[in-house]
This record gives sequence, structure tokens and C-alpha cells, in this order.
Amino acid sequence: MSNPKYERPLSPFMMYRWQYTNTLSFLHRLTGCALSVGTLLFVYWLVAAASGAEAYANAQAVFAHPLIKLLLVGFSFAFFYHLLNGVRHLVWDTGRGFDKKTARTSGWIAFLGAVVLTALLWFLLVRRGEV
Amino acid sequence: MSLRSPVGRVLGLGSAGDGVGHWWTLRVTSVALVLLGLWFVFSLVRMPDTSYASVTAWIAAPINAVLLSLLIGTMLYHSLLGVQEVVEDYVAGHGAKIVTKIVLQFVHFLLGALGIFSVLRIAFGSAA
Repeated sequence: MSNPKYERPLSPFMMYRWQYTNTLSFLHRLTGCALSVGTLLFVYWLVAAASGAEAYANAQAVFAHPLIKLLLVGFSFAFFYHLLNGVRHLVWDTGRGFDKKTARTSGWIAFLGAVVLTALLWFLLVRRGEV
Repeated sequence: MSLRSPVGRVLGLGSAGDGVGHWWTLRVTSVALVLLGLWFVFSLVRMPDTSYASVTAWIAAPINAVLLSLLIGTMLYHSLLGVQEVVEDYVAGHGAKIVTKIVLQFVHFLLGALGIFSVLRIAFGSAA
């Protein structure tokens, strides 16, 4: 590696300095995995609803737990971020949006958009007396 | 000289054995999920509350039952393709990789079947 005569190509993670865009990229995969786990809660909710009023009441008690509520806020952020950043990926798949300025701006839009949509969702749910 | 057999060239599946199918399906399901996901969140916000009566009445409506079933199926298919990619990247060892992928496949199909069956049970009015 030190001898330029034997210089070999390096994996990107070994040579790139940190930029927030690589955290955003990692966050896409992380939120995707989180949402995969979140499908467990989603299906639990549906199975409870299909199992009758008593089972649904039990599920409501589970969802009312503060830790689960916090988890749901996290899942909703993961949902909005993965959705917005997913659209960003779909645009990239068409070969557009790769120049540095556009890629950084769209990254900020995806992240801040997810924060705003998460806040809006929970504002509406709290206002309805759901939380 | 190409070492690829004529049938291999026609099938165009490459050395991984499934060509661009995995990649492409991930994209198509993602487009469907943008629509179905936003529809679901919008519906959730518009529901009067999340009581047993409101939720089951909402699920039982034909359009909701169908869209919700499509959402569950597409969501779990997309999730499966996504986590398979993660397993391929991070699980070392051929055997462990295959076992992890099969276990995840079973879990995803189980969740999908449970979710869709629950929706249909409510929609057909056979829930307790």
C-alpha cells in the first residue's frame, strides 16, 4: 500500500473521508431493516383485530406502553425516511441527480422531510386523543 | 471466446442464477409501496379512532380489504428482497448464508399469510 509500484485499488470505505451523505446511505439500509422488524408489530395488530374484541383490547394495552409508543415513533420516522430516500434512489436509477450539489440537496430533503412528516403524523394522532 | 452455453446466454441469468430479477422486483415493489404506504398512513389519520369497532369496520370495506392485502403482500415481498441483500453482504460462509436466507423466507411468508388471512377474516365477517 505504501509502495506506489504495488498500489492496488481500495474499497471505498477505506479511503473516503466521512460525509453526511454516506450516513444517509447507511440510514436507508438501517431503516429498511427496522421496518422489516416493524412488520411483526403490524401483523400482530391485524391478527389481534381478526381475533376478536378481547384480543384487540390486549393489543391496545401493548401499544399503549410508553416504550412501544417510542418504538412506533421510530418506525414512523423509518417509514417516511425509507420512502423519501427510496424515491431518491429511484431517481438515481434513471441516471439523474448524481452531481454533488443535487445529491446533497436531495439528501437533506429526504431527511428533513421525514422529520417533518413524522412530527405531522404524531401531531394529528395526539390531537385525536390517540396517544 | 465465451464460455457461456447458448441456453445460458438466452436465459441471461448470469452467474448468480437470477439475473436482474431481484434488483428489478425490488424497484417495482418500491413504487407500489410508495402508493400503498401513503394510502395506509392517510387512512390511519382519517380514521375517527383506532377502537376495535372503527378498525374492523374500516378493514371490512372491500377497497380497504383489497388494498390492505396488497400492501401486506408487497411490503413483505419487498422486505424479504431487502433483507436477503443484507444477508448476502454481511453473513459470511456459504452454508450460514443459505440457512439465514431460508429462515427469513419462511418468516416473511408466515407473516404475509397471517396478515392477509386476518384481513380476509375481518372482511368476510367471520372474526369473533
